[in-house]
Amino acid sequence: MVVKLGVPSKGRLMEKTFEWFSERGVMLSRAGSEREYSGAVEGIEGVELVLLSASEIPRELAAGRIHMGVTGSDLVRDKLASWDSKVIEMAPMGFGHADLIIAVPKAWVDVDTLDDLDAAAAAFRARHGFRLRIATKYHHLIREFLKQNGVADYQLVDSQGATEGTVKNLTAEAIADITSTGETLRANHLKILSGDPVHCSQATLFKSRMAHWTDDTRATLVTLKDMLGLGD
Amino acid sequence: MARVEITKAAIKAEAARLKAFFEAEGALPVEMDILLPAEVLLDLYGEDIRARAYMTQDPERGEMMLRPDFTVPVVQEHMSNGAEPARYTYAGEVFRKQEDMPTRANEYFQVGYEVFDGSDPAAADAEVFANFANVLSDSGLRAATGDIGILKAAVAGLKTTERRRAALLRHIWRPRRFRALMTRFSEAGTTLRLQNLERVRANLAQPEAPFIGLRTQTEIDTRIKALEEDAAEPPISAGEIELLDDILSLKETLPHVLSQLRDITVDLPAISDAVSLLSRRTDALAKRGVDVDSLDFEASYGRTSMEYYDGFVFGFYAEGRPDLPPVATGGRYDALTAVLGQGRSIPAVGGVIRPNVLLSLKGGA
Repeated sequence: MVVKLGVPSKGRLMEKTFEWFSERGVMLSRAGSEREYSGAVEGIEGVELVLLSASEIPRELAAGRIHMGVTGSDLVRDKLASWDSKVIEMAPMGFGHADLIIAVPKAWVDVDTLDDLDAAAAAFRARHGFRLRIATKYHHLIREFLKQNGVADYQLVDSQGATEGTVKNLTAEAIADITSTGETLRANHLKILSGDPVHCSQATLFKSRMAHWTDDTRATLVTLKDMLGLGD
Repeated sequence: MARVEITKAAIKAEAARLKAFFEAEGALPVEMDILLPAEVLLDLYGEDIRARAYMTQDPERGEMMLRPDFTVPVVQEHMSNGAEPARYTYAGEVFRKQEDMPTRANEYFQVGYEVFDGSDPAAADAEVFANFANVLSDSGLRAATGDIGILKAAVAGLKTTERRRAALLRHIWRPRRFRALMTRFSEAGTTLRLQNLERVRANLAQPEAPFIGLRTQTEIDTRIKALEEDAAEPPISAGEIELLDDILSLKETLPHVLSQLRDITVDLPAISDAVSLLSRRTDALAKRGVDVDSLDFEASYGRTSMEYYDGFVFGFYAEGRPDLPPVATGGRYDALTAVLGQGRSIPAVGGVIRPNVLLSLKGGA
């Protein structure tokens, strides 16, 4: 039995993850050609690299098909119900920082806070006959956040990409999305609501609570945690 | 305690027994569709229901929902075909996602009893509660009661602007925001209200941003005007805030609560109708054999369970089993019929029992 480690299969997130592990003596690399999704691990025995789309890693961890995995903390929280019963956060990795935020048109001079958003939503629903629409792909996180803060009279509309454009295209009145610099938001005449972000995300190493652990894999995990400098 | 596996057949039989009890009390048995058009439910309950209900798509009928409860279809059926007074009972499956409590069933039976009878609301409330208490009497459950109508009346009677009263009433079912609004409209919130206005003025002084989206300039101007007026408005008095706090924290047996509410009525006469309804309901309950002297009453009870409960609310719980959902819950929901009837409102009170929870108690006893 080997410890299966899920890592994003492409882009900056993959490179940064490889870097993070290599700084700690664990060399991860893609095997074969650019297009082949298999990898190699050096520096430790008994660990297998599984290259996956970052958005599939939460599901694979929850299903126990991988023992450990690297993905954004936002994805784990949004995609897994009761996420902390299924995975354990082993280490925040210090890159891939992004904030999940709610943004509204900059022209809304009367709206800066959740309080304002709630009041605007009430008046909007009364006037337009439907709930104020917030475009997002982070349904679970946003719904929980707005519920906790007692915001009413809104609805979430699904947007899997180009979310910043939905307000201009009249398919939403506000948006909730991940941003790191806020550049795209500004370019689309949107502003972020004041107060703490809904979630501050970063690349995180997770351990699955659902995976099958044997004496062998447990021993490998101890060695690996030691190399990564993660105490118990 | 060994976990007793309860079969679906046993739950169905228990549901039939409970339904037969309500039929014997004069309720008409009704059947409801399992696949419901989603639009009405989504508009009514918003994102809360979307998070809990199973949605699906029909090529002809659009978004559909697996029945998350019976209340809405029963009210709709009554409004289009029923004559008053009417009493209905039903039994069937409801479907709810259990994201936060994955161990709870996502498909379970509900048996309900609903009364549409405006002739004597206190008597109708008592009738529903007493029927539930009777059919559940041998299970040793703890009953909880409350009355959202008292809080609504107290808010409606505040000596402040219509806008503030409306804002508070809108958030009766969201205790945290309700509390935040109370603070904002009180003396303590005066600075905050001024800061809000200054913030908006600072935004106005910034270079104009291009206008995007459906929300209009008029809507923004209306809100700014509302903020200006509100900042100039005197706060809700400390005395009235204290009275609201007193009401919110009431939690005692029914006779004690009634006597305290009568004291509060002296300073807040607006609640006197609601208090006299509570008093008549108490008498009606006693007349039906309910031991009102030991019945618990909590003014905040039911505020988070269902929006649109706007009067009497109740629940039956298994003592010492916080792992279980309530065995039965119910209340008055005139506000819901008003929304569904688009202006036409029907006095309505009722509740549901979860036969699977009831059986799990019997099995565990």
